[in-house]
Amino acid sequence: MFHSSKSRAAWGAALAAVLLTAGCGGSDDASADAADYDPDAPVTLTVGTFGTMDLDNAGLYDEYMELHPNVTIEQNNVAQSAAYYKSLQTRLAANSGLDDVQAMEIGFIADVVRNHADAFVDFAAEENADELEGNFYDWKWGQASTADGETIALGTDTGPQAMCYRKDLFEQAGLPTDRAEVAELWPTWEAYLEVAEQYMASPTKPADSAFVDSPASIFSSSVYQGDLAYNDEEGNPIPAESDGVQQAWDYASQAADEGLTANLSQFGDEWNAAFSNGAFATIACPAWMLGYINSQMGEAGAGLWDIAPLPGSDESASNWGGSFLGVPADGPNVEAAKDLVEWLTAPEQQVKMFTRAAHFPSSPQAAEDPEVVGATNEYFGNAPTGEIFGEAAANIQRTPIGPYDTQIQEAFTTALTDIASGGADPEEGWENALQAARQATGG
Amino acid sequence: MTIASGTVREAAIAAPPPAPAATSPARPRKRRQLTRNRWGYAYVAPFFLVFAAFSLYPFMYTAWVSLHETSLSNINGGTWVGLDNYRNLLQSEFFWNAARNTLTIGILATVPQLCMALGLAHLLNYKLRGRTFFRTVMLMPYATSIAAATLVFSQLFGREYGLINTMLEAVGLQAIDWEAGTVSSQVAIAVIVTWRWTGYNALIYLAAMQSIPGELYEAAEIDGASKWKQFLHVTIPSLRPTILFTIVVSTIGAVQLFGEPLLFAGNGTTSGGSSGQYQTLGLLMYQQGWSNFHIGQAATTAWAMFMIILVIVGVNAVIGRLRARADR
Repeated sequence: MFHSSKSRAAWGAALAAVLLTAGCGGSDDASADAADYDPDAPVTLTVGTFGTMDLDNAGLYDEYMELHPNVTIEQNNVAQSAAYYKSLQTRLAANSGLDDVQAMEIGFIADVVRNHADAFVDFAAEENADELEGNFYDWKWGQASTADGETIALGTDTGPQAMCYRKDLFEQAGLPTDRAEVAELWPTWEAYLEVAEQYMASPTKPADSAFVDSPASIFSSSVYQGDLAYNDEEGNPIPAESDGVQQAWDYASQAADEGLTANLSQFGDEWNAAFSNGAFATIACPAWMLGYINSQMGEAGAGLWDIAPLPGSDESASNWGGSFLGVPADGPNVEAAKDLVEWLTAPEQQVKMFTRAAHFPSSPQAAEDPEVVGATNEYFGNAPTGEIFGEAAANIQRTPIGPYDTQIQEAFTTALTDIASGGADPEEGWENALQAARQATGG
Repeated sequence: MTIASGTVREAAIAAPPPAPAATSPARPRKRRQLTRNRWGYAYVAPFFLVFAAFSLYPFMYTAWVSLHETSLSNINGGTWVGLDNYRNLLQSEFFWNAARNTLTIGILATVPQLCMALGLAHLLNYKLRGRTFFRTVMLMPYATSIAAATLVFSQLFGREYGLINTMLEAVGLQAIDWEAGTVSSQVAIAVIVTWRWTGYNALIYLAAMQSIPGELYEAAEIDGASKWKQFLHVTIPSLRPTILFTIVVSTIGAVQLFGEPLLFAGNGTTSGGSSGQYQTLGLLMYQQGWSNFHIGQAATTAWAMFMIILVIVGVNAVIGRLRARADR
């Protein structure tokens, strides 16, 4: 009959819409009971990573799957750390869609420690907690620990810092090129800025080259050399009162104001292009920056660069970056995921990460391993990278981190860019930076 | 939307003719009308269900979130702050800066865009060889993704290695730091928007122009009006409703401008330039919610944008109505 078929179609359409709109929420698997954990049962573990963490490229997954034939590892990589973290946050809010293992960057770990510690497995409550803790620099372990001593993630790499410089540009400007001599050029940031002025005044250097890529290079590396960086001891943001911020600002704003920098915004297109164009002679180099320089310049850059210690590193070294691996507590494969994370972050694997992919260890045992200590980097004129970064890593003091470090840092580096492009003088820039930082932290 | 419009049309066909006036009491008649029209309601139901789930609910939920102080990872667990977020927003320099930029970029992008679209449509209305080709080409920018277009443009506008600066220097002019300046960066963004939307608006104008009766032009020609006079006195008045429509749509687009300024920065930062010189309201909202994780503030900004759009559309409608009344 005409009417009934028509009606069925109508209700069908309505029903389909209801199902579409209502049926999105899936059911979560119940978390496996630790007691039922069978280490040999077939399991597929997903690992959420970002950027170039290189766990896959260094062959660690393959190695683990060979050791444990029942385990299959799938990596979900997001290119941008910030985008990765946004999706991690929404998944934490919804408590669904999380991978078995989630990587976290240092800029975001404090937020997770503070607000989502319960969502992650506490490694400090494991039976082998003491052994695990002994695997890491105390500041690295501390960064992933709550005030109550829960530890929600284990460290992968760190970013102890040095200063990379272009030997060819130094030579043209009449500066020494030997790394020991260069190290003596800048024991302090004041000395570094003097060398910068000398370089800029040189008539023989390439006309369109500046001494350093950006004021951010100076700021982001020296801010962690003070007793405090962006936060007080409790992890509350206090950028206006911190000695680290004040000092870093003085150095960086002077460089920006006097035009000693190429004023490129880091990780932007122009910055990437500037590597190959020789637009700057120095850049602050966390260990992971070596790989970045190599990938930007390719073979053409081999042998042009060398590495000297960061200015002021005799008193205090500095760390920029580094990541952690955590295990969401409600996942279906918690036990297997814990085993994987403990293995991936163990000193032996950290050594491999350094020798195969140039990620500096967060474990002193790994950093003191002969393979690491003796490592040199051919691309950077055979610089003893293991020794340089190892010394820096051993010298790092624990500056408290907070949930808004990334945003506050961006507020300052943005204001520095404004100074360098002539939009503000250092005093105005300082006020602008503080205002932007206040907005970021919730004022 | 296609489902919805389809069902609406079918519903109109399926619906029975209006019930004849009956003498029975009002209540039963009303109910009978409802049941008689039930197929109509059933047919439009899917649209309204989808609308409720994906538009109305998020809309009300955003309003609810905007009354809380809360973070992205804890949307449901914020603390109630009433209208504090709105008060803070109105007192925030960042909001007024973004509002100003949105307005100036909006004007820079919309006015030349619609003028050019009108001119292009007029030219394409002539009998040209390869007319279809030109029309297709004009729609190409619209079919390009914002991301691809903006990335290309931000490289063109690059300070050190951008093509535009290279050309400026080649003819002896000074290179411009497009991104750093307030005016220059806003012009650059307006260029991207204009490039993308001119062809689209031109096609809308063209469609409207083709429905203008030819006799009007013939009569004008007999009266000795030049092509320009014809354009001014025949074409434009006939297009007035269409122009009003494109102005409203472009204005809404301008208030929501987001992708271009975000990608123009080139390094993923959301501050809209080193002094926020091209931070739009959309970008501010994104910064609050997804860079700083203050989702309550972001929801407040979203609602503020919605109110601004309502006001602008309302003003447009009033002006349109006054015009129409004056013409009568």
